[in-house]
Amino acid sequence: MSHQDLFLTFTVAENRKENYRAQTLVLDAPLPAAQPGQFIMAWLPGIGEKPFSVAAADPLTLTIAAVGPLSEALCRLPIGARLWARGPFGQGFKLEGKKLLLVGGGYGAAPLRFLAQEGLRVGAKVCVCLGAKTADDLLLAEAFRSLGCTVWTATEDGSAGLKGLVTGAVEAALRDFRADGLYACGPKPMLLALVELCRKHELPGQFSWEALLRCGLGLCGNCELDEETCKAAGIPTGWLTCKDGPVSFLSSPGR
Amino acid sequence: MSDLSCNFLGLNLRNPLVLASGVLGTSPGLLERVAACGAGAVTAKSCGPEPRAGHANPISVEWAGGVINAVGLTNPGLKDEVPILREAKARLRELGVPLIASIFAPTVDDFGRMAAGISAAEPDLIEVNISCPNVSDDFGTPFSGSPETTAAVTRKVRENTNLPFTVKLSSNVPSIARIALAAEDAGAHAITAINTVPGMLIEARAASPVLSNRVGGISGWAIKPIALRCVAEIRKAVKLPIIGLGGISTGQDAAEMIMAGATAVGVGAAVMQRGPQVFALIAQELDDFMNAEHYPNLEKMRGIAIR
Repeated sequence: MSHQDLFLTFTVAENRKENYRAQTLVLDAPLPAAQPGQFIMAWLPGIGEKPFSVAAADPLTLTIAAVGPLSEALCRLPIGARLWARGPFGQGFKLEGKKLLLVGGGYGAAPLRFLAQEGLRVGAKVCVCLGAKTADDLLLAEAFRSLGCTVWTATEDGSAGLKGLVTGAVEAALRDFRADGLYACGPKPMLLALVELCRKHELPGQFSWEALLRCGLGLCGNCELDEETCKAAGIPTGWLTCKDGPVSFLSSPGR
Repeated sequence: MSDLSCNFLGLNLRNPLVLASGVLGTSPGLLERVAACGAGAVTAKSCGPEPRAGHANPISVEWAGGVINAVGLTNPGLKDEVPILREAKARLRELGVPLIASIFAPTVDDFGRMAAGISAAEPDLIEVNISCPNVSDDFGTPFSGSPETTAAVTRKVRENTNLPFTVKLSSNVPSIARIALAAEDAGAHAITAINTVPGMLIEARAASPVLSNRVGGISGWAIKPIALRCVAEIRKAVKLPIIGLGGISTGQDAAEMIMAGATAVGVGAAVMQRGPQVFALIAQELDDFMNAEHYPNLEKMRGIAIR
């Protein structure tokens, strides 16, 4: 008789600061089944449970911005503290081609780190465009550089990199980097702008969408992507971010 | 090919498989998707008088026997639900799939108001959910706990709508047959059984219940024997058609439920295990089973195991 764990138990092995409100938690064990773009539901009993994208799978690594009670508690966890997780869940990115253009908006950079690692491991060239409000909000730029990626940055106030939205950095990067595909994670307006950009450049795109996840199992319906966004991004209506996503595919842009 | 069509209170279902309430029934787009995936009818998420956010996460965890959940009746409230159901009804009409609305309320009188209010959306059937196990902190013991309260809600709903309705019961009573009889005598048109079964799961290494609500409703294959027993007892006690559900994941499960006396068969947790395409899969498996066992239609199979 085997016993199925309801949650997996992890211990914090390392907790390092990424910016003024984001920490990276390196845990004590791998999550071997996890693919880039997939997520886990992290749980602290009595505090809460929320989805976090997998920033690396071996060992399981999460990059977390302290924006609410659970994420604040997670960011404060000392080395040796326990946390619980279920997953991995969802459809992740599919690595295609040899020249990958990764685009992260704000905390959308976290799952791209795992994707960059996997891409480089199979010999692809990886260019990363990161966008944020200010220089202080930029996330993981050095981590991507030290992995061996080319990194472009854009900030809305111009305090780092190009001034403006990340789409400006993407247009700039595409001038010398003839990407086979674009992989993006970030807020909805950014993803919608990138869908249009992919159509314009006839570039296959993969987009990881954010949603308020509740069950994580494809049952409650809470994370349905709104119909307007579905139509704009070539996604069938009734699309569940937790189960059908979080990654959607635009494989035949321009057609 | 066997005939899977199912007449339920005059509604023609292409097959007996009904999307259970609380699963993907929150929007016109999701109800339409499930209908397009082959469901015979679809039930919307239960709606109450006022908007409810539901419980905090974790609200739902998978385990070896299925799922435990305490979503906590998350819903937009009657006022916003009516246009959602109207839009859903319009889209489902194109697909020929009936829409079942589902209502809950904190008091008997509020059930009357909900029945009247939701009727404005003209669903094909109303499910009267008097058995949600996950809101006792707010609402006390479910109305399905006694024949008297079941009858009181049923009468009130009957007085407040001209639409047919089904009363959804809990297995967690000494005699579900007595509760079903009380609903029948008070004017219900059908019975839906069973709701999820109250339970608790503990994550031992966290020394904590896994749900923020501590307790929740068990669904999935662990509760199938309980559901089959309940449906069989109801079948023997009342003449009303029954939507039988609880742990139905395969075509053979659906056949068992019909053999226990169910008219139609609800599917809930299996949507998580096999995806929304579960309806087409179960319908195909049911057809295969009926062909192999020489049942030309559902009627020949209905109640056969409890005669």
